[in-house]
Parts: sequence; C-alpha cells; structure tokens
Amino acid sequence: MTDRFLKFSTVSSLLGKVALVFLIILGIWGLWGGVGEERIRLATTTSTENSGLLEVLLPPFEKRFGAKIDVIPVGTGKALRLAAQGDVDVVLVHAPEAEERFVSEGHGVNRRDVMYNRFVFVGPSSDPAGLKGVSDGTEALTRIEAQETLFVSRGDDSGTHKKERVLWALSGVNPEGDWYLEIGQGMGATLLMASQKGAYTLTDIGTFLAYGGRLDLKILVDGDPRLRNPYGIIAVNPARHLHVNYPMAMALIGWITSPEGQEIIRTFRPTGEPLFNPVAVP
Amino acid sequence: MEFLKEGILEALRLIRTLDPDVLSAALVSIRLATLSTLLAAVIGVPIGFLLATANFPGRRIVVLSFNSLLSVPTVLIGLLGIGLLSRQGPLGTLNLLFTPTGMVLGTTILAIPILVVFTLSSLKALSPLVRETARTLGASPLMVAWTLLREARHGFMAAVVAGFGRIISEVGIAMMLGGNIKGFTRTLTTAIALETNKGLFGLGLAMGLILLGIGVVVNLALTQVQGR
Repeated sequence: MTDRFLKFSTVSSLLGKVALVFLIILGIWGLWGGVGEERIRLATTTSTENSGLLEVLLPPFEKRFGAKIDVIPVGTGKALRLAAQGDVDVVLVHAPEAEERFVSEGHGVNRRDVMYNRFVFVGPSSDPAGLKGVSDGTEALTRIEAQETLFVSRGDDSGTHKKERVLWALSGVNPEGDWYLEIGQGMGATLLMASQKGAYTLTDIGTFLAYGGRLDLKILVDGDPRLRNPYGIIAVNPARHLHVNYPMAMALIGWITSPEGQEIIRTFRPTGEPLFNPVAVP
Repeated sequence: MEFLKEGILEALRLIRTLDPDVLSAALVSIRLATLSTLLAAVIGVPIGFLLATANFPGRRIVVLSFNSLLSVPTVLIGLLGIGLLSRQGPLGTLNLLFTPTGMVLGTTILAIPILVVFTLSSLKALSPLVRETARTLGASPLMVAWTLLREARHGFMAAVVAGFGRIISEVGIAMMLGGNIKGFTRTLTTAIALETNKGLFGLGLAMGLILLGIGVVVNLALTQVQGR
C-alpha cells in the first residue's frame, strides 16, 4: 500500500468536510453549555467546600441574583494563583499574609473579613507524643519531632499548610525524616490518611467536625491564639483582568458579608457545634 | 466485604431514586465521552486512513509518534491544557478553562491517537486485494476509500469503544481542565475522587459501579450496531 491513489484535491475536499462536521459538533456542544445563565467562578479552599457550608450559603444568592456560581475547590495557594491569572472572578481563602500580598500586588480588590474558626492538632487517642494537655502549638510540634511520631502534612501550599510551616518556623525545628509525610492533598484526604496511619496532623476545626464519625482521631491541642483561622473574600482586580465578572463578584462579597449571609454562617451547625464564627457585621 | 455490599446497595438506591447529583455527574460523563469520541473519530479516522494508504516522507515517524501517544499520561494533557486555556495562555481569551468545552478539547486530544492507531492497523490488516478489486470494478477513489473503511469497520468499532472507554474512565483531564464544578463539569470519575477524599467510600463505589454499567451498555450497543 505505498502508491498514492488519492489525489490531493480529493484529500482536501475530504478535510473540508471533516472540518465542517467538527464545527457542527462543537456548535452543538456550545449551545448545550447553559444558555443565558450568568456564571461566576469562585475559587475557594477545600475546607469551606468539604464542610458543606457553601451548599447552604450560595443557593440563596444564586436564586436572588439569577447567577450560577462555579465553585472550584482547591487549596488557598492555588486559589490565589488562579485568581492572579484571571481564571476566576472571586476567591474565598484563609491565609491573611498571602491575601495581603495578593491585594498589595494589585491582583485583588475589596478584601473583606468573612469569618474565622481555629486550627487544632489531632492525633490517635493513644497519643504517643504526649500532646494532651499541651496548649502551645509550637510545643506540640517540638514534641512530635522529638518522638519522630508520624505526622501528615497537607504539603499543598494551602492555608492550613502555610499555617503549619509558620508554626514549624516558630518552633525552631525542621521537619525532616520518614515520619513526616507531605501528601499534597486536601484537608479531607489528609485527615483520612492520618486516621488510617494513626498519625498527627493540623486541621481546621470545621473540616474535622464535619468528618467526625469517619475518623479515628482526637483533638489534642486547642486554644493557642496563634491557631486562629480567619477567612477573607477578595474580588479579582477588574482593571488588570478586564474580562472578570466584577459586578457579580462584588454582589457575592456583599451577600456573604451581609447580615443574612452572616446569619447563615452563624447558624451552620451540621454537627450541633458552630463551625465558623462570622465577623463581617459587628 | 461489608464495604462492597454497602457500595452495591448504595448504588442501587442512587439509581432507583435518580439521585440528582449522581445523575448530573453521569450525564456530564456520557456527554463528554460521546462528544470527544465523535470528535476524535472525525479527526483520527482520516489521519489513520491517510497513514495506511498514502505514502509520504516522514510517514514512519508520524506512525511512531501516534503509537507513543497512546500512552500519554492524562495529567500531562491536563497540564498542557491549562497552559493553553488559562487566561495567561495563548487561547485564554476563549474563556474555556473550567468549562465542559475545555474538558472536551483535552479528552479529544487523548482519544485521537487511539482512533488513528486502531484505524491504521485495521486497514493494514485488510488484504490488498480489497482495494484492487474495488478499483478494477471501476470505483472512484472516494468509493474505494469508503469500501476500505467498510471492510475495516470492526477495527473502527473497536477504536470507538476503546476511545470512549479511555475518556469516560480518565480523571486527570476532567479534574484539571473541568475543575470538578458540581452540576457543570463534575464527572463520575472526579466525583468518585471527591467522595473518596471525603471518606464516603460507599457513595464512591456506587458511582464506580454506575460507571462500569455505562461501559457495559455502550459496549453492548456498539456490538449490536457492528452486528455479528
């Protein structure tokens, strides 16, 4: 089969038809992709999504404003990078220093405080590193490192991971060795792995409580003021990224920081205990 | 075993009650796989046909490239896709990142080599007599091409089934280019990944079984079309 029996003209007309079919199929797909509905993209942390908060907080907004919010759950670091590239319209994240840098570099505007909860150290009830009774986050890490007990780290540049690294830096010890597992996954996956391996980890209280029954872990260190976990919402700078849906992003910021939105956050208690404390309206 | 039983019961319950989240993920998966397979066939079959019948310099290298692309990692396609479709990328203005169309582009690229290679090998397996006979009977080049493709239709069907299977079962591209947006770009595979992360293994397994069911149905349907 080496001779040419197809003339060039035949091939090109064939290719023309192929291209036509291609365009038709693409067109059908385009029509299917939601006509006339306004969509905005919210990049947020896995903690807000996994806890189930967004499922009660966003639908009233969508109903009232006739918009659909596409929630992209990633770590804080990735959420801010997506926003800096203009791939999303608004971010809801928890890493105050990174957020400040994000705004001061001109990527985002109109940052508002939304709510806070706290980080806790959790681990197996046998507590081999003896964390129970410790109230100081850095002391907890020092003990884990001294005993070289298994510790699962998010390792994904998320807000929780950033907080963990700050605490390691403050404790003055360097986490290295086969007891320190950086897994590069979300909060839920990290908790499940810690539970399976009988390891310690740092978690936001919201995700931990939401996962409650599925985990063989106990809260061991709680109450260090440095373990406070504040969430902020920021609109992507429309002067830098002309295409972003800035009005709708501001409407979402308005909704989440409104008395109604804050009330939904305050009364969100899937396990009986409040998961987030609203702070936007005094 | 408890886990398996729980998963099967959960799967049956989800199907019986037509759970809206599962239904939407299943529909996205089916649409994605159907559309991408069609597109990949429209692009891949002519390429495979040309590679099997025409001779040009560099043909062997092209064939080798398509063969190698059969094993391209989905996350690599996802990564390249993000580079292309992100707002900072060359196709950024099309606004396709985190949309179904973005996913379709990625999975189409994934399936094209499968369609090319299967078409090529099934045409190569035909006896040269088929073409000779068609030509002696006075068929025009297009009719010859049609005859060849018809004779090789079993291989072509196998290509479609393999392409569909690869797309509906992959998770990297759907996750990276789709963003796992509930009700919009969440497929069965990305939903399974999410439920597993949430520790809801029963629900994940249930969706896995539904995914398996879709594969069986598609295979049965295509076998019927192919006939005997």
